[in-house]
Amino acid sequence: MLNALLLVPAITGLLAFLVRWKPVLHALLLATAVSHAGLTVRLWGGPAVADWGGWLQLDPAGMLFLSITSLLFLAAAIYGVSYLRGECRLYPAGHQAVFVGCLLVFLATMTLVCLSQHLGLLWVAIEATTLASAPLIYFHRSSRSLEATWKYLVICSVGIALALLGTFFLSIAANPIEGTLILADLVAGGGVLLAPWLKMAFVFFLVGYGTKVGLAPLHTWLPDAHSEAPAMVSCLLSGALLNNAFLGILRLRQVCGAAGLATFGQGSLIGMGLLSMTVAAVFIVGQTDFKRLLAYSSVEHMGILALGFGLGGLGTVGALFHAINHSLGKGLLFLTAGNILEGYHTKTIAEVRGVRRLLPASGLLWVLGFLALTGAPPSGAFLSELMVAGAAFQNGHPFVGLAFLGLLTVVFVGMARPFLEMAGGEPPAELAAKKPVESGLRVLPVGLLWLGIVTLGWYVPPALQHLLRQAAALLGG
Amino acid sequence: MNMVLEALLVFIVLTNLLMLGSSRLGVYIRAGAMQGVGLSFLFFTGEAGWPHSHIVLLALVTMVVKGLVFPSLLFRTIRQAGVRREMEPYVGFTASLLAGVAAWGFALWVGGRLPLPGVIRSDLLVPTAMFTIFTGLFLIVARRNAITQVLGYLVIENGVFTFGVAVEAATPFLVEMGILLDIFVGVFVMVITLFQINREIEEIHMDTSKLAALKD
Amino acid sequence: MAGLVPILLALLLAPLLLGVINRTKAFFAGRQGAPVWQPYHDLRRLLGKGAVYSRTTTWVFVAGPVVGLASVLAALSLLPLGGQPAFLSFTGDLVLMVCLLGLMRFVTVLAALDTGSSFEGMGASREVTFSALAEPPLFLALAILARKTGSLSLTGILGAIDHGLWLQAGPMLLLVATALFVIFLAENARIPVDDPNTHLELTMIHEVMVLDHSGPDFAMILYGAALKLWLLGALVVGILVPAGSPWYVGWPAAVGGLVLVAVLTGVVESTIARLRMHKVPQLLVGSLILALLAMVLGAR
Repeated sequence: MLNALLLVPAITGLLAFLVRWKPVLHALLLATAVSHAGLTVRLWGGPAVADWGGWLQLDPAGMLFLSITSLLFLAAAIYGVSYLRGECRLYPAGHQAVFVGCLLVFLATMTLVCLSQHLGLLWVAIEATTLASAPLIYFHRSSRSLEATWKYLVICSVGIALALLGTFFLSIAANPIEGTLILADLVAGGGVLLAPWLKMAFVFFLVGYGTKVGLAPLHTWLPDAHSEAPAMVSCLLSGALLNNAFLGILRLRQVCGAAGLATFGQGSLIGMGLLSMTVAAVFIVGQTDFKRLLAYSSVEHMGILALGFGLGGLGTVGALFHAINHSLGKGLLFLTAGNILEGYHTKTIAEVRGVRRLLPASGLLWVLGFLALTGAPPSGAFLSELMVAGAAFQNGHPFVGLAFLGLLTVVFVGMARPFLEMAGGEPPAELAAKKPVESGLRVLPVGLLWLGIVTLGWYVPPALQHLLRQAAALLGG
Repeated sequence: MNMVLEALLVFIVLTNLLMLGSSRLGVYIRAGAMQGVGLSFLFFTGEAGWPHSHIVLLALVTMVVKGLVFPSLLFRTIRQAGVRREMEPYVGFTASLLAGVAAWGFALWVGGRLPLPGVIRSDLLVPTAMFTIFTGLFLIVARRNAITQVLGYLVIENGVFTFGVAVEAATPFLVEMGILLDIFVGVFVMVITLFQINREIEEIHMDTSKLAALKD
Repeated sequence: MAGLVPILLALLLAPLLLGVINRTKAFFAGRQGAPVWQPYHDLRRLLGKGAVYSRTTTWVFVAGPVVGLASVLAALSLLPLGGQPAFLSFTGDLVLMVCLLGLMRFVTVLAALDTGSSFEGMGASREVTFSALAEPPLFLALAILARKTGSLSLTGILGAIDHGLWLQAGPMLLLVATALFVIFLAENARIPVDDPNTHLELTMIHEVMVLDHSGPDFAMILYGAALKLWLLGALVVGILVPAGSPWYVGWPAAVGGLVLVAVLTGVVESTIARLRMHKVPQLLVGSLILALLAMVLGAR
């Protein structure tokens, strides 16, 4: 079962590189997304199966992140087919084949991140996500996207190299249990791990994978990469990949918790969380490019996750829940941004006016999505942000809680203006004359994502509640 | 065995210093290649007696990839781009050398204070690894040329690898291979990106300070 | 009286090294080249000539070559060869040796300045600058060896570098030898620091200082330079060829080693271009760094 989950996207991905007939490519993309989602659904509620001698296992945390990835990929694939048949229909087939191939391999690597229980393998998988996604950012082949790709590659690769060093540190810490890197063994033997090396390992994991997560001050590549990539790639990078990279840090927190160091690193997580939110707030206010705006919002939300995990307890549950909400909301906004970009051919906020009139459905989703993502009730994000804030006050960090609420307000206000300005007003006359048509395939997945995030605001299915609690317990909440 | 090991480590340190002090891209690439080959010999210094076949394979792959494939890829890039020298680095070459010596001293100081468990074959191993990582980071930060930055990434990986050998980290064969594959593909993708950068923006000459269209 | 043998060997064979270097360079350039004995003929010819003195020079100009040759001769008496003891040896004699070489340079510089030519002054200034940079690594290299062998005399140090020490601290010794070889090239005005053949005024260092000397004075300078080449070369060889063999092996091995060093110098001169003037400090700092690295290795 786990093998199938990995092999389906990997094999179809490699196949896609060879296909030169566009309809087949698009069918391949859709079929893989659907079967991956189907396999994931089938794994829900089942027992945690292990494979490859314990190297692969789907524990609750992995399950949660895998589900997010799979769901978002399905939405992105539906949207993507329409995207490839729409504005990119003139791109040569070979060009599209590389894109679809990389997209599918990207899915395979992200799946491996969620499944892997061996921290060395986890490193291999996370580095592989960088490599598979770099060509995706360069899809439009402009000099700007080239620059973004270059920064993404170099900064993330270097960051992740440090995480490899952290992995070796962890192996030293595990010297009493023969340097094993298998998570279950590490957790079982937590008591005998060498504490100083474990702490060093955590620091390097935080810096290394933190680069990939985009925690400030290691976020510098993120706005460039997320803003230059095509819409559904931005959606996956932001909604799926950032979470998965966070899993690297969380795995080590699991080990730290088992070694009785649960409180170690909380301060740095809280600090980096607040710093990320502050940096994001500063750059959101007065931002002129709406895709960069969304990218900075990702930095902010990763900050919220870091804060939640750093606070622990209720905060861990809140952060996990927030990961779902952020992925749904950010996916929805990035996809909508793609629609707007196609309609207006610009990313400059000041040049986009009257989306509600020109692209009615996208305009509506743009505003609704903004409200859902920034935590206006009823939205899942409202609940999860409330939980994180509650954790701050409960665990005796009132100033952190106040700062958190203050920053959320600043971001809300900072984002409200450009979003409302873009949606309202009159569209430029020459665009209005052309009367662009919105393709249903490019609105439907977005609408479903919105439905998801709003539903979570007033009803969390028991199965999901159970999973969240289990995952939080696993991660030492 | 200890002497061979120390000679290899000194060799790695010297290649680092060479890269810090040189302005020629060709020298960087050759030094990086020599470092990779030296690194692959480190695998054999572990146990007495005939090495395990896994180790031989790993060392061979390391040697071929780092000593042969990467240098030829990078040489092709500089030929294509027509750049041979690192122009106007952010930090001068003599200053870089002195910084390197300071870093070497620091690495020794830290290496002497780390409470490593188990048997450590040479007390130079950990400092050398740290110094190599430092050199790589320094090359990325202090040089403008994109090829130098790719090389800096490779040097960091070399340092991490040296550390892995130093502590005999229990990474299974498959994972080691996976790591190597990742690095290989990583450099490959970077070099392809470099080709594109070179084709896209003619006057740039691999100068990364000119890649500044994206900012806030 | 066995202590006199190293001195005698040096006095007899030092010009031969110059001949070997030139022959090697000729080989690489595809030329026939002068015979290896040519430096001896040059010396004989110069000694048979008279000297010309400028009216602006004083006794300092005459004293330069004499004191220079005297100091390098004195330094030679401190030099052990082939693991055998030197003619003179006492605690701290390595400092004296470096000082004697310094004295030699000092009088040469004085003589150059004494001519009052701005041209020679330029050479003197360059010589002083570069040797000021070459001296720290030289001292450092000797100090490392002194610490490793626990002796403060050259005879003690070079006598203690045997197979056992090579097995124990090979990388360190190799680094020190490399650093010393760079100093050897720099101090003897060889490529890549200075080109002994060039007479292009702007790039000369050593040659420009001795332009005004002629006849026997110039012979003394040439002979002194050959002895200095032998002296510093013997230090490098003393490290690379382990001591501990009897005299009938040690001395021939040392002389053979010196010839090899001369060949190596010729190879370096044929394959490497002379560094631009502002790059020279970088090379010397490089040799200092090699010595520092060796110190770190030795200090553990």
